[in-house]
Parts: sequence; C-alpha cells; structure tokens
Amino acid sequence: MRLPYFPGCTLHSKAQNFDASARAAAQALDIVMEELPEWTCCGATFSMSEDSAMGLVAPTRILASAKEAGKLLTLCSFCYNTLKRTNRVLTTDAERRRKVTTFIEEDYQGNVQTVHLLEVLRDSVGFAALAQRVTKRLEGLRVAPYYGCLLLRPAEEMGFDDPERPTILENFLASLGCAVVDFPHKTECCGSFVAVSTPEAAAACSARILDVAVAQGAEMLVVSCPLCQYNLDHAQRQAQAGRGRATRVPVLYFSQLLAIALGCEDACLHLDAHVVDPRPRLSKWLGQQSQATALV
Amino acid sequence: MILPGLHAEDDIIAQIAAISGQDVRACYQCGKCTAGCPLASAMDLMPNQILRLLQLGEHEKALRSRTIWQCASCLTCAARCPKDVDPARVMDALRTLLTRRGLAHVEIPKLSAELLAEAPQQALIGGFRKFVGY
Repeated sequence: MRLPYFPGCTLHSKAQNFDASARAAAQALDIVMEELPEWTCCGATFSMSEDSAMGLVAPTRILASAKEAGKLLTLCSFCYNTLKRTNRVLTTDAERRRKVTTFIEEDYQGNVQTVHLLEVLRDSVGFAALAQRVTKRLEGLRVAPYYGCLLLRPAEEMGFDDPERPTILENFLASLGCAVVDFPHKTECCGSFVAVSTPEAAAACSARILDVAVAQGAEMLVVSCPLCQYNLDHAQRQAQAGRGRATRVPVLYFSQLLAIALGCEDACLHLDAHVVDPRPRLSKWLGQQSQATALV
Repeated sequence: MILPGLHAEDDIIAQIAAISGQDVRACYQCGKCTAGCPLASAMDLMPNQILRLLQLGEHEKALRSRTIWQCASCLTCAARCPKDVDPARVMDALRTLLTRRGLAHVEIPKLSAELLAEAPQQALIGGFRKFVGY
C-alpha cells in the first residue's frame, strides 16, 4: 500500500523519533509512506474564526497537493485535526472554498480523506493481522494509552473514535502484547500550547495525567502528538526540580512501541531523545547497542 | 480604553457571533464547561462566568481576564455543553478581538531561550497564532 504522507512542521525536527519509527514500522507492514514533494506547516491550530479565510490557506494547499491520491496520511494529532477540519469547511461551505481555492489558484473540491496511521492499522492492516506480524511481543509491559484532545474532538468532525471512551489505542497496544492500563485522564488536555505562555499551568495539567496513570499501575504512556509528548515528558523534569515527584514514567510515541514489536532496527527509535529514559524498561526487547547505551 | 476603536454602543455579542458563530445568549449557566475545564485552576474567572459577563454587557471584564489566555482549545467544554455553545470558540473570539487590534498576550522576543530551543514547532506556531494573532 502506498500513501501520500504529510509530516508537518515538528516531525522533521523535534519529533524525528516519531517520524523515523513510524516509517520503519510502516515499511515492515508493507506500507510505503510517500512524503509530499512540497509542503508547508498546516498552521498547527485549526482556525476557529469564521469571518476570515486566511487560516484555511495553508491546510487547503496541503490537501490539494494530495488530490490525485484522494488520501493523505498524517501522524501528528495537530496536523490530523487541522487538515480534517479544514476539509470539512471546504466540503460544507462553498463560498469559503471558492474564496480559498481562488486565492491559492488550485482547483480543489475537497476529495482528500485525511487518515491517521492508527486508522490505517485498524482499518487496512487490522489489529488481528497486526498481532500476527509482531515478532517481539511486549508481554508484561504495562502501558497507559493517552489520547489527548485533537484526535477525538470535536467528535462530529473528527469521527475518529468515541470521544469519551475511545478504544483504538487500547486495541493497538493489546495487539502488540502489552498490558493495557485504563485510566480516567486519557482524554484530558496536557496543557497544549499554553506551554508557550504559562508553562506552569500546562505542567500542572500534565502532572495530573501522569499521577493518575502511575496510580493505575502504568510503567509507560503512549501518545500520538509531539506536543503531548513534550508536555508530559518535560513536566517530569520540572517536577523533578520543584515538586519532588517520586515516580517518573517514560512517554513514548505509539509508533516506537510498534517498531520495537515488529523487530525494526533500534536506530529508528531515538530513545535517547526522551527526558525520562525509556531504555531501562525496554531493554529486553532492544538490541545490544541500545542496552549498552542505557546502562551508561 | 482597553479596545482602541471599540465603543460602548458596539454590540460585542454580535461581533463574537460573527467571529465564532456562537450565540453567548444561549448559555443557561449550568457550569458544565467549568466543571470539566483542565485549565480552570489557572483562570481568574471561570469559563461560565465569562459567558455570563458577556450576557450582561460586562465584556471589558471578560477581555481583561487572565482566563481567555489560559484556554487550550481542548474542546472538552464544547463536547459537554447541553446548549451547544462552544466556550472555546468564544474564548478564541475574545482573543481575536484583542489580537486584531495588536494587543498580543505574548511578546515573542521575551520568550525564554530554553522554550524556543526545546518546544516542538507546533507549540510555538500554535501559541503564536493564539496569543499574538496572524
């Protein structure tokens, strides 16, 4: 299967571990992620101003560049949310579509379906088939699935999963052999971009999520958004300095666990890029080189 | 005057509706938005109080609040509102009223070097759009 792929602004820079592990895992599943030849940032947040079309320009141009294939793969929750909601405006509001497509000189009618890698795993690969492809079952690893906001809300526009009780990450983790840890804060906000203006407020949001996950027995959290990863991981560094947290818990991208379970090379994981080092807990599934690094 | 070019006779409720598509008059103050807001503890006024102030014509208090800059657009409030009001869109509209007049909440040159070096690009771009405008 070949899918046009939009990495977005963060996956080539701060979240290379997300990009590289997803590409390696997809390849192991015979999915070719074909990066769009030209792309820009999607704008990061969906424009909620209905009286202006400027916020729709960048995501519309990105969508239009995938119109031949009719599908566009994303990994980042921000990109997924922005592209999907923008496309909904373009298909339901002919006047705004005309305004934006005229401005960017593109004939785009809104035919592109934005898909997230988790949806491809669920709907095209299938979790039962995925379990058959796993070469290293992550038996005994207690993982809390963290969804955050943007995969799920607004539910009527995203159509990703049940907004209050989602199950896609749980089923994904189970197919890798993990023990899934249910916890009530899995759809709470990590603090998002408030990290830019009021970092302590965002850190408090993240600390609550981490505390509840750890209390439920989680040894690790998985996310699908670089900003969730940053907030949850970095909150523990700040907390370590200030609040004296006893328990530290690694925060991984779902694609990193997928790549490990599919037997991909450790080089795609970039596990050294995390504030809380996940290598000690993952050592029995990693190669010799990563283990040696983890011991240093 | 907090909003240059804004006059007492201007209809803020209509301006918010034009930007956000939301009618703040529909809110009946059940407080569900506040109950589920993960940033409420960082706010000086609760989300339902912002809606109430707008209904009462006290928009200056809403525009001066710390609350409108704490909203992370997580949309938990919107998902749970029994009256189909989207408080996150209202917060965004209030920010927009200010940023369109150049009244930014964040001064980019004053952001810490650590934040600029470590935060993911999406946080900076998203934050700049929400706190500085576009």
